[in-house]
Amino acid sequence: MAAAEGIEVKLIGAWPSPFVLRARIALNLKGVEYEFLQEKFGEKSELLLRANPVYKKIPVLLHHGKPICESMIIVEYVDEAWPAAGRAILPADPYERALHRFWASYIDDKLNPSGAALSKTQTEEAKVEAAGQVIAGLKLLEEAFGRLSKGKGFFGGDDIGYVDIALGCFLGWLKVMEKTSGVKFIDEEKMPLLAGWAERFCAHEAVKAVMPEPERLEAFARKRAASAKAPPANQNTF
Amino acid sequence: MDQPPSSVKLLGSWADSHTHRVQLALKLKGLEFEYQEEDFINPSPALLLHNPVYKKVPALLHGGRSIVESVVILQYIDETWTDNPIMPADPSERAVIRFWCHFTDDKLAPAVGLVFSSSGEGQKAAVDQVHENLKLLERELKDGAFKGRRFFGGDKIGLLDIVLGCGSYWLAVFEEVMEVKLIDPESFPVFHAWLRDFEEQQEVKETIPAIDRLLEYARGIRQMMLSGSINNAAASSG
Repeated sequence: MAAAEGIEVKLIGAWPSPFVLRARIALNLKGVEYEFLQEKFGEKSELLLRANPVYKKIPVLLHHGKPICESMIIVEYVDEAWPAAGRAILPADPYERALHRFWASYIDDKLNPSGAALSKTQTEEAKVEAAGQVIAGLKLLEEAFGRLSKGKGFFGGDDIGYVDIALGCFLGWLKVMEKTSGVKFIDEEKMPLLAGWAERFCAHEAVKAVMPEPERLEAFARKRAASAKAPPANQNTF
Repeated sequence: MDQPPSSVKLLGSWADSHTHRVQLALKLKGLEFEYQEEDFINPSPALLLHNPVYKKVPALLHGGRSIVESVVILQYIDETWTDNPIMPADPSERAVIRFWCHFTDDKLAPAVGLVFSSSGEGQKAAVDQVHENLKLLERELKDGAFKGRRFFGGDKIGLLDIVLGCGSYWLAVFEEVMEVKLIDPESFPVFHAWLRDFEEQQEVKETIPAIDRLLEYARGIRQMMLSGSINNAAASSG
């Protein structure tokens, strides 16, 4: 499906999804122009089902008609397909790359599921335990930040990198969760590095235009809850 | 930058498919390495030191640093020792490989593991799930991204062959131990042919333990599961 004219890069997604946000940040970092195809809530488009038949999930990047699926795979693809543009998202050194990939996997395999579990808790006791899991995970990332940033402002060093994208995409929803649960996840005193990083990340040029405001996310979550569906943070839409 | 081969050490477990992935990759790269056998139940101090987050094998030690998570390790190996590449050069092909690696560990492997750890109706559902997943791979081999190829990597074994192959031998083992049909050559002819070809490769034969050892191991674990003396999470699977 080559585009005869117009934009050769399209992103199938939805504005509340943190996974979609990852792809948008990567494209912004590289200055890549793209068409954003917003999915309708509650139904999956024909295009999405054809582009991602295995998972039927967003985001999907279409480049010259070829679909790329899975958010962090999209991020790595963007880094490799536009190598001269912007700044490298993954570092050059194989060991540093391994560290970034490890922590991005940790975020998706452990941290995000612990957040999803928290949002599903029914009792106060369960909530406290689940919140503890999320905080424990964030503490590991606080330590990792020290190792990866080498004293600079981002996991990627001077600028946003792979792990920044993997984790930063959740900051909006994290703020919503803090409000609804009453738990402070990134406490300035207990996690000073992450607290500083979170502000810098959200203020970054490549992020602020596309990161939804927590109020908007909260309103969205309320609407979804009202229609008896689980909030997007649970859906692992990626 | 190439490092002296003697500085590579692998902490692994003989029946662990993720360990086999790393062993196979090192062999394909012609690298010598020291191997240390780890006990699943009692990780050594070295393993706890080098993989504090997950406390699991495999862990690759190189130049005084440790890399963990098998797919992260494989990419590290490929990027450090650049002869005989196991990843394609083209970014969109790389994204396809990464996608199916993710699929293997995210969908196929858990389904196979569930076959092993369940019984009755639950097992039947797990077997169906395995078939659904194999169908997707079969389709991709027959008509999709890997059409006409001998291996997923082309003429030679690549990263996806390693990830999928080191673990697919459990299909035959579980078929015998559980008396279920998982990989019927008539339903999955192309996948079946690929797997036979993969298992015939010299480096693979040197890496994967003899089937009777695997059978004995699987029977032992199954026994323990059924008698309730081991929880499902301890069983490793493809």
